[in-house]
Amino acid sequence: MLCLGIEGTAHTFGVGIVDSRGKVLANALKTYVPAKGGIHPREAAQFHAANARVVLDGALKAARVAIEDVDLLAFSAGPGLGPCLRTAATAARALASWLDVPIISVNHCIAHVEIGRLTERARDPVTLYVSGGNTQVIAFDAGRYRVFGETLDIPVGNCLDVFARGVGLPYPGGPTVERLAREGKRYIPLPYVVKGMDLSFSGLMTEAVRKHRAGADLHDLCFSLQETAFAALVEVTERAVAHTEKKEVMLTGGVAANQRLREMLKLMANEHKAKFFVPPREYCQDCGAMIAWTGILVYKHGLRQKLRETGVKQRWRTDQVDIPWRTG
Amino acid sequence: MLMKKGAEANLYLEPFARVLHRAGEGKVVVKHRISKRYRILEIDKQLRESRTTLESKLFADAKRAGVPAPLVYEVDRTGMRIVMEFIDGRQVKLVLDKLRPKARRKLCELIGRQVARLHRAGIVHGDLTTSNMILTRKGRVYFVDFGLGGYNPLLEARGVDLHLLRRALQSIHFQVTDEAYRAVLAGYKREFGEGASEVIERVEEIERRGRYVPKEERAWR
Repeated sequence: MLCLGIEGTAHTFGVGIVDSRGKVLANALKTYVPAKGGIHPREAAQFHAANARVVLDGALKAARVAIEDVDLLAFSAGPGLGPCLRTAATAARALASWLDVPIISVNHCIAHVEIGRLTERARDPVTLYVSGGNTQVIAFDAGRYRVFGETLDIPVGNCLDVFARGVGLPYPGGPTVERLAREGKRYIPLPYVVKGMDLSFSGLMTEAVRKHRAGADLHDLCFSLQETAFAALVEVTERAVAHTEKKEVMLTGGVAANQRLREMLKLMANEHKAKFFVPPREYCQDCGAMIAWTGILVYKHGLRQKLRETGVKQRWRTDQVDIPWRTG
Repeated sequence: MLMKKGAEANLYLEPFARVLHRAGEGKVVVKHRISKRYRILEIDKQLRESRTTLESKLFADAKRAGVPAPLVYEVDRTGMRIVMEFIDGRQVKLVLDKLRPKARRKLCELIGRQVARLHRAGIVHGDLTTSNMILTRKGRVYFVDFGLGGYNPLLEARGVDLHLLRRALQSIHFQVTDEAYRAVLAGYKREFGEGASEVIERVEEIERRGRYVPKEERAWR
C-alpha cells in the first residue's frame, strides 16, 4: 500500500510517499522564506498553493510512481497556522476525492515522533520536539502520547528567531544565533523559567533583546540565550525521563539541528543510561514523509474518516489523539 | 543509602546519628542538588544555590502556615545539601488512582486546602505534582519538594500553581483528572475563603491563553 502525505502546517509544503512497511519512496518539499519579518500566514498559504503542483510532481517522480498508484491520502490537520492548514487540507481532499481513496487527518506533532521512531528504530522514547512553531516533551502512556511539558507561550525556535530579528540578524535566526554563540564566552544572566513541567520563553526573549540594546556583546548574548533556553529544555526533559523511567531520549524538530542542544541532551540521556536519538535532518524538519507514515499507522488500525470530518484543527493537542497502534 | 535519583537532586536516607549528632535517633533525608554536566557552570551554580536556600526557607514557612512539610535540620549552602526529616508514607502519585472515589475526593480536598494555606501565606509551590506529596498512615499529606517554589502573592502566580497541579493530574492521573481537580478546587475554595474564585478564574484565563487550546475555549477569538 502506498500512502501520499501532505504537510503544510507552517512554512513548509511537503509531499511524502511511504509504503506500508515504512519505506520512504519520496520526501519532496519547498519552504516559504519571508521577504522580511517572520512567517506571514496568508503569504505562506499562497506560497503553498502556488507550489503544491511542483512539489507533488517532484515526489511522484522521485518515487517513480504514478498518482493512480496511491492508495491512501494523509495530511497534516493541525496544530498549525490556519491558512496554511486549510491550503494543505484542500489539496488533500481534492486529491483523495479525485483518486477515490481514503483520507486521514494526521496530528503534526505525533507525526514527528512517529517518523523518528521509524528512522531511528526507537521503541518508546521521551521526545523533546522543538521547532519554530512547537515546543513539547512527549512520552507514550496508556494509549496516548502524553505531554510532560510544553511551552506556555512561544516555542523555543520562535524565541531564537524573534531575538535574531530584534538584534538585526537575518532569517532564520536559529542557525545564526548558534554560529555567533560559539564565539561567546562570558555568561550574561538571563531569566531562567521553568514552571513545574512547563516552560516559558517570552520573558527570556524580551530580556535578551533589551540587553542587546543596553550594549551587551552580541556573541556573549547569543551564547547566554542558548545556554539559558536549552538548560530549561533539558531540565524539563530530564524530569520526564526521571518520572517515566524510560530508557530512550529523542530530539526532533527544526531546532534539533542545533549542535549545542544535541550535546546537552545527550549528556543528560547518558546520565540516565538512556539511548539518545536524533533523526536525520530531513526527518527532523517538517516533511510529507512523516505525515504519510503516520497516515499508514492510523489506517492500518482501522480508523476511517469521511470527507466532512477532515476539518483542520489549529490547536490540536498531542494528548487528544488515541494511538491504537501502540500498546501499553 | 541512595533513596531516589530525581531529576535535579539525589535523595539519601541516612541514620540521624551519622549525619547530625551521635545522640540522635531515627532517620534523616539528605537532599543533594547535584551538578549537571549539561549546563554551564554559571547557570548550574546559580540554580543549585538559589533553590537550596529558598527551598529550606519555604519548608519552614510552609509548616508555619499549617502545611505538613519536613523539618529542616541543616542547610549546607556550599555543598548544596539540605538535611531534613524523613517522612514515612506513600507517594500520592502511587495511591491516587487506586483509592475509592470518596477517599480520593477527601484526599484531593485536603490537597486543595493545603495549597490554599500556602497561597494565603504568600507562598507558591511552583511544582504541584502528586509525586511531591507523601501520604502518611495518619492521613496527613506532606509537601516534600519546594525546589521550584517562591514567595509571590500575585494572582497570576497562584493561578499558575493550580494550573500546574491540573496539568500534573492530566499527564499522570488521566483517568481521574476531572473529579480529582474538582475536589482540589472545592478544598481550595473552602480554605482560601474570599478571593478564591478570583484565583480560579485566573486559572481558567491562563489555560485559555495557552498555546495548545482549541479556538472555542480561548480567551480571545
